[in-house]
Amino acid sequence: MSTNSSALGRTPAFLMLLPLIAVLCFAVFWPVANLLGRSFFAPDFTLQYYETIVSEPLYWRVFIRTFWISALCCILCLLIGFPIAYAMARTSAWRALLIAACVLGPLWTSILVRSYAWIFLLQRNGVVNDLLIDMGLIETRLRMLYTEGAVLVAMTHVLLPFMILPIFSTIRAIPTDLERSARNLGAGRFRAFLTITLPLSLPGVSAGVLFVFILAIGFYITPALVGGPRTLMIGTLIAQQITELLNWPLAGAISLLLLAVSIATALIFQRALSVGRIVGND
Amino acid sequence: MPDLATSQTSRGASLDVRDVSKSYGDVKAVRDISLFVKAGEFVSLLGPSGSGKTTLLMMIAGFEYPDAGVIEVGGQDMTYVEPNRRNIGMVFQRYALFPHMTVAGNVAFSLRMRRVPRNTIDERVRQALAMVRLSDYGHRRPDQLSGGQQQRVAVARATVFDPPMILMDEPLGALDKKLREQLQIEIKALQRELGATVIYVTHDQQEALTMSDRVAVMNNGRIEQLSSPKELYEKPQSVFVADFVGDTNLLTGTVVDIGNGIASLDIGNGNRVQGAVARESGAGIAVGDTTTLSVRPERAFLEAGSPQGLSITCVDEIYTGHDLLIVGRLDTGATFRIRTKTPDAAPASGDRLPVAWRPEDAVVFPGKAPEA
Repeated sequence: MSTNSSALGRTPAFLMLLPLIAVLCFAVFWPVANLLGRSFFAPDFTLQYYETIVSEPLYWRVFIRTFWISALCCILCLLIGFPIAYAMARTSAWRALLIAACVLGPLWTSILVRSYAWIFLLQRNGVVNDLLIDMGLIETRLRMLYTEGAVLVAMTHVLLPFMILPIFSTIRAIPTDLERSARNLGAGRFRAFLTITLPLSLPGVSAGVLFVFILAIGFYITPALVGGPRTLMIGTLIAQQITELLNWPLAGAISLLLLAVSIATALIFQRALSVGRIVGND
Repeated sequence: MPDLATSQTSRGASLDVRDVSKSYGDVKAVRDISLFVKAGEFVSLLGPSGSGKTTLLMMIAGFEYPDAGVIEVGGQDMTYVEPNRRNIGMVFQRYALFPHMTVAGNVAFSLRMRRVPRNTIDERVRQALAMVRLSDYGHRRPDQLSGGQQQRVAVARATVFDPPMILMDEPLGALDKKLREQLQIEIKALQRELGATVIYVTHDQQEALTMSDRVAVMNNGRIEQLSSPKELYEKPQSVFVADFVGDTNLLTGTVVDIGNGIASLDIGNGNRVQGAVARESGAGIAVGDTTTLSVRPERAFLEAGSPQGLSITCVDEIYTGHDLLIVGRLDTGATFRIRTKTPDAAPASGDRLPVAWRPEDAVVFPGKAPEA
């Protein structure tokens, strides 16, 4: 497109964006800025809410638990998601479609429904306990719901598609001739994968890990339902401060920290990605 | 696997393909093909897309396994051997260079896989890059090279480990004509120097004729004809080969007379033409049969009084530089083309021109001509 035509096309495009910008300003930016802003005033400028967070071990525990569960969730999603994405990218069209339906199906189901499904499965009188007792593997019913394990399993299930899709699209863009070429030059199946497919799929892996991690540290509904009050995560903590304790400034302070961590993670990954490119080169 | 660290000269390996078939579902890609290639020979698989030439190459490389038949390389049964254990070089259609490695890294890959000592690798990579005139490009990335340079890297990568056989899958297909012709010469020279057997897949008949010792013309999963370029062009054994290799005129008619290997055809409108009966189908042609005659445009000439007694109405004449292509129409309505040295007086559109050729320069096949 020539400079001329794009200059002409810019003004109407901007005009068309105006309603969206207006909505975003009023419904997102303003309330978020308001919430974050409140964390610094009581009513004069203060850092007392941040001091509260730093000095209160409960908040530390919640933050550490959130990062720990999110990191584990990332690893689980990667371990489960990568083979699925690879299979999807390298199998015949109709099989890929079948896998895609299984992967995307959950994405179209409400998170609420999926979380309640996990409650139904994991509760004391739930399906999993019934099964284990019927098989004679356990005698007394296990406590599975409202544990970190339950949160981890449910979150991994919910977030898995966000890992699979970017990896899938990256692997699909790698020509199969590259793997064949490596095989032809003397690499066995596994070495061809290790030296060619894996390094070339890293941008997708990085995007998937970033997606899952950032979504996981801010996750609310699933940890709140499956984790209960004992397995408090940051998202649940913020909601609790606002809806139950009406402590808006503290909620704002926690939110700002969460936002800072998310942005920092994104930046680190962007950097790791460009480093990964250099390392993968030879 | 041979000791690659020390072997400096490579000799070619023979290829023996026996009764190989391969189907994908209902599609028979390769039907009962047998092909023997001598050590050090350059053989092209020439055919339209879907003729099975790439499938055959993939089976030789080990990326596909035949449903039936045997593939031997250098006397060893390779039919079901893993591709990485075949020690066969391969140049892919789109080069398939590893984008995350340097040019030197790409060329070194096969040697690294074979655990060749590091300084030997460096030396061999240097030699291979020098051979394709890319000595100064070792540290570059493939996407920083032009198409022709990438192609040469692919050739260096496929030859650096001294494979006794090199497979090439339309390696020049993505390049422009001038570069293609230059690389044809380079590849041919390189093959002579290395002494490796080359199986070269192409749909470009000019390329196949210029480079090969022998050409296998493939159609519909079968080899239609396997012979030297000269024989392929001058003595095609089927209508398909005559039509696919080079430019030709095809005339369908009924046999009215056969004698001394020369058949006379009635092509309608009282026109009679003569040609030599194709060797392979000699027994299959009798008076009254429907047959097709093929005559090359450059073998026909503008002259009266030949046994053919044929005339065309000139429709168009195209000056190509080294000759003149006259496009005419026969009385039957069929198009007929003649290539001739630029005559003193070029014919004009609408002129009636007498046409003739020597009967032994035309070939007669059983059956009708394929629809254009």
